[in-house]
Amino acid sequence: MKFLSEYRNPELVEQYLNEIKKTVTRPWTIMEVCGGQTHSLVKNGLLNLLPKEVQMVHGPGCPVCVTPINLIDKAVYLAEEKGVILCSFGDMIRVPGSKRSLLESKARGADVRILYSPLEAVKLAQQNPDKEVVFFAVGFETTAPANALSVVQAKRLGLTNYSILASHVLVPPAIEAVMNDKTAPIQAFLAAGHVCAIMGIGQYYQLVDEYDIPIVVTGFEPLDLLQGILMTVKQLEAGKANLENQYSRIVKPEGNPEAIKVIEEVFEVTDREWRGIGTIPMSGWEVKSELSAFDANKKFSVDIVKVPECADCIAGLVLKGIKKPFECSQFGKNCTPEKPLGAPMVSSEGACAAYFHYAEYAA
Amino acid sequence: MPSLDFDVITLGHGSGGILTNKLLESGVFNLLKNPLLDTHHDGAVIDFSGKLAFSTDSYVISPVFFPGGNIGELAVNGTVNDLAMCGAIPKYLSLSFIIEEGLPMTEFWEILVAIKNAAQRANVQIVTGDTKVVEKGKGDKIFINTSGIGEVHAKAQISANRIKAGDKIIVSGYVATHGIAIMSVREGLDFETAIVSDTTNLNHSVKELLDEFGSEIHLFRDPTRGGVATVLNEIARDCGLGIDIAQKKIPVLDEVFGACEILGLDPLYVANEGIFMAIVASEIADDFVKKLHEFEHGKNAAIIGEVVLDHPKHVILTSKIGGKRVVNMLVGEQLPRIC
Repeated sequence: MKFLSEYRNPELVEQYLNEIKKTVTRPWTIMEVCGGQTHSLVKNGLLNLLPKEVQMVHGPGCPVCVTPINLIDKAVYLAEEKGVILCSFGDMIRVPGSKRSLLESKARGADVRILYSPLEAVKLAQQNPDKEVVFFAVGFETTAPANALSVVQAKRLGLTNYSILASHVLVPPAIEAVMNDKTAPIQAFLAAGHVCAIMGIGQYYQLVDEYDIPIVVTGFEPLDLLQGILMTVKQLEAGKANLENQYSRIVKPEGNPEAIKVIEEVFEVTDREWRGIGTIPMSGWEVKSELSAFDANKKFSVDIVKVPECADCIAGLVLKGIKKPFECSQFGKNCTPEKPLGAPMVSSEGACAAYFHYAEYAA
Repeated sequence: MPSLDFDVITLGHGSGGILTNKLLESGVFNLLKNPLLDTHHDGAVIDFSGKLAFSTDSYVISPVFFPGGNIGELAVNGTVNDLAMCGAIPKYLSLSFIIEEGLPMTEFWEILVAIKNAAQRANVQIVTGDTKVVEKGKGDKIFINTSGIGEVHAKAQISANRIKAGDKIIVSGYVATHGIAIMSVREGLDFETAIVSDTTNLNHSVKELLDEFGSEIHLFRDPTRGGVATVLNEIARDCGLGIDIAQKKIPVLDEVFGACEILGLDPLYVANEGIFMAIVASEIADDFVKKLHEFEHGKNAAIIGEVVLDHPKHVILTSKIGGKRVVNMLVGEQLPRIC
């Protein structure tokens, strides 16, 4: 398939691997921020091709993993309200809340729909004027433009039965949170290519300077990842800490101005709770107050009791790279993809699920 | 379609009374005609000797009509193929409908015609059946159950216990085609594609393969729900050996591969219909594939891997770029990823 096979070329992969092996002289710990990158590393079997000096740590960039348990409870509550159609991206519906997941709600009769685009949800709202359509708008900066656009469109159409349950999270504050934890062993970051395709790379200069770490904006195909890792290792070996853009075929320094415009029209920055990590200041987006008619958080009074997360789950330590998934006492025992205790075991992009699938045999 | 004094199916058509008779007489009996069905008895009485295979499956697909077919042919092909996978030559099927009231008669007729044609192609007879109608909202247009019996091929020795290290793993055609064709028309996911389901009966080719290769064929499986990955895991678990597969050898249509990339799905976990997997002695593997290539549905058959002594009960895939990873069973339904 054009534009994919080129980036999966086995000969070039070997060349890059050799180049990394030639360059590396001592151990380095690199965090790939985005769950999509984790998924690609695992799916293509790249982790066991890298030299052992290069340790990849899977970061908090899996939206499914970091969506707080309370919000899932809220979505479940809304889904079970009479007259509500709760729409969600696919892998969100299996994430366990404190009582149950959206998938279980669906089995109990709630109208839960899996959609690929929030604009489909707007269509549903148009077709079902007697129902309240709520879109569970999770994700990083990548999914924000489409979610924002759905609100703009619903407003334009004069819909009063469409709202979003927004839980947007932002990458740069997450990198800060990891770096501010002095026990986190991270020495460099692969930044998430698609997030930067929307937001540009401007915000990352500050992080490079403040924490004196290399950051390389990286894509998702095997060759992207290997090139990103090579660029990072070169910097680390040379004692440099620069911002570089491996994914320049997609990422422009200024990002996508149209997308940023629609995000700014709908969302404003807020403090956000991250599952397993806690509250990170100014790390999320919520619907602006003047658009609160489209904000499910404000539109519906949801009466749920805030519950603590499972005490045995060390998701936070895993998401910061302090512990590997298999260092968790529950890993593969009481916590598996079929019965996850914490969210990183749920999504295929989650670090624990990735290790469960990849490392079961190795362990 | 015969002319009728009703155009939708109502609860009365499942009552067993005049309306049921009208529905059956109007076409079902006529369309599926054969001496056993013609007795109109409570069941079919069949003469049989020797080893039999017996299988059953229920069909609840949504949507009922999909690119490349409908639930009718699926219900025939599915059970025919299950019997073929046992090394049997399918002979007789039962056919039961659970119909949601309000199903237009034209749609029911289209399904019946598909059943008739599929049964003809597979050379099986439908010899007994049942029709129930449930209230609106209690079903999803139509559910079908078929059970089937077949005579086990004299040379067949199909069993996971006979699998040994060195055996080759073969798929008979492109993987993931059916699942992606269905997904392309599911509500909320619809995308434009020319992909059509590959549903077909596999029994004739399986019979010829058994004629020629007999006991050198150790296992047949059809990787329907759960896809190739799940079946391979079941096989590894059942035979207690390891399985190695090579991603670059797995045949996938370009369009299907593209759709999987966009939807975030792995073709190895997508449901299949018109293909089977075989585990055969390595000495005959190339000839087996060559023979398969003679059949329309087997043109893209390929050896995708082999059974090994290493990593017992685990399936390991070598990716296109040479990395290795474990391939696990499907957990729940394969859900589209967010980004």
